[in-house]
Amino acid sequence: MSKKIGLLTTLFVMGLTTAVLAADPAGSIEKAEGMSFFVYSAIAAALAIAIAAHGCGIGQGMAVRGAVEGIARNPDSSGKVTVTMLIGLAMIESLAIYALVIALILIYANPVSTMIQKFVGLAG
Amino acid sequence: MEHPILFLNILFERLGLPIVGADHAHTFVEFMLQPHVTYAWVAMLILLISARFAVKRLEMVPKGGQNFFELVITGIEDFMIGVTGEEGRFVFPLIATLGFFILTCNYMGMIPGFFSPTASLNTTGACAVIVVVFTHVIGIKFHGIKYIKHFMGPVWWLVPLILPIEIIGHLARVLSLSIRLFGNVFGEELVLGILFFLVGLYLAPLPMMFLGLFTGFIQAFIFCLLSMMYFAGAIEHAH
Repeated sequence: MSKKIGLLTTLFVMGLTTAVLAADPAGSIEKAEGMSFFVYSAIAAALAIAIAAHGCGIGQGMAVRGAVEGIARNPDSSGKVTVTMLIGLAMIESLAIYALVIALILIYANPVSTMIQKFVGLAG
Repeated sequence: MEHPILFLNILFERLGLPIVGADHAHTFVEFMLQPHVTYAWVAMLILLISARFAVKRLEMVPKGGQNFFELVITGIEDFMIGVTGEEGRFVFPLIATLGFFILTCNYMGMIPGFFSPTASLNTTGACAVIVVVFTHVIGIKFHGIKYIKHFMGPVWWLVPLILPIEIIGHLARVLSLSIRLFGNVFGEELVLGILFFLVGLYLAPLPMMFLGLFTGFIQAFIFCLLSMMYFAGAIEHAH
């Protein structure tokens, strides 16, 4: 149910942004399409970091659970377990960092954005 | 993308040297005066001067700076021998240098007016390329021509499948090492910048800066640990 609501909301937002941009009286139809490219880039960046944070959170939670159970059974080993857990957490977190880099590239340094801008006549 | 206030850039502008953004550099001088290059020199100067002060008077019974550095370096060396084994002791200078350099670079972004050289993909990429090339140098030094067995897999008829996978895996090491460090430091700086623009008046970036000290240390440590593991993998015999 909640999945369906999420999908419908996404579709609604996408449709709304496209409709608003298309209804812009000053811009031509190419301009609106070029703008919608950047809107979809922003949505893709948000989805990328959201999905990555989702999986990364689950993975880190499992790692911390294992470490805490280990320390609860054998409190003497807490030093070694904590160090190993921190290294593992940093490794897991790097996956979310990759998604963050992708999201930043999509928003700030999209490799095809100048091409699109030239194609729709936004930039000279 | 952003234009933070960097004291070296202001200094160079007063001296009449050309200062341009990262994307607009064309001449050699302009490339040399980009912030991640100049601040990497600053990091090197800090390390050199601190090392000079620490070993100015070497004593049998150390105290002060010498004591601190002996403790840190012995700790790193013992940890490294635990990972690579006794025959990997000769790569210790490279590992320790990389560790100190990356740690200094990560922490320099915390000071206003300074810039983290590791917040640029060029610096981290350089470190990663050094590590991966040196891995293969070690492999060829220890095994000679037999080093190619590391890429061959267990049985001969799997070679066409294993060889491309191994080569892609070794190239991906450069990517993962550099982007992990770059993403962490750059993301940290970006979060600090955004928080400062939103609620900088109420010291909101301060907790994030403590987190930055923590992640800066952890990332330098992870970089060194992964380098050690790659070196250990090149030293051991192919299975």
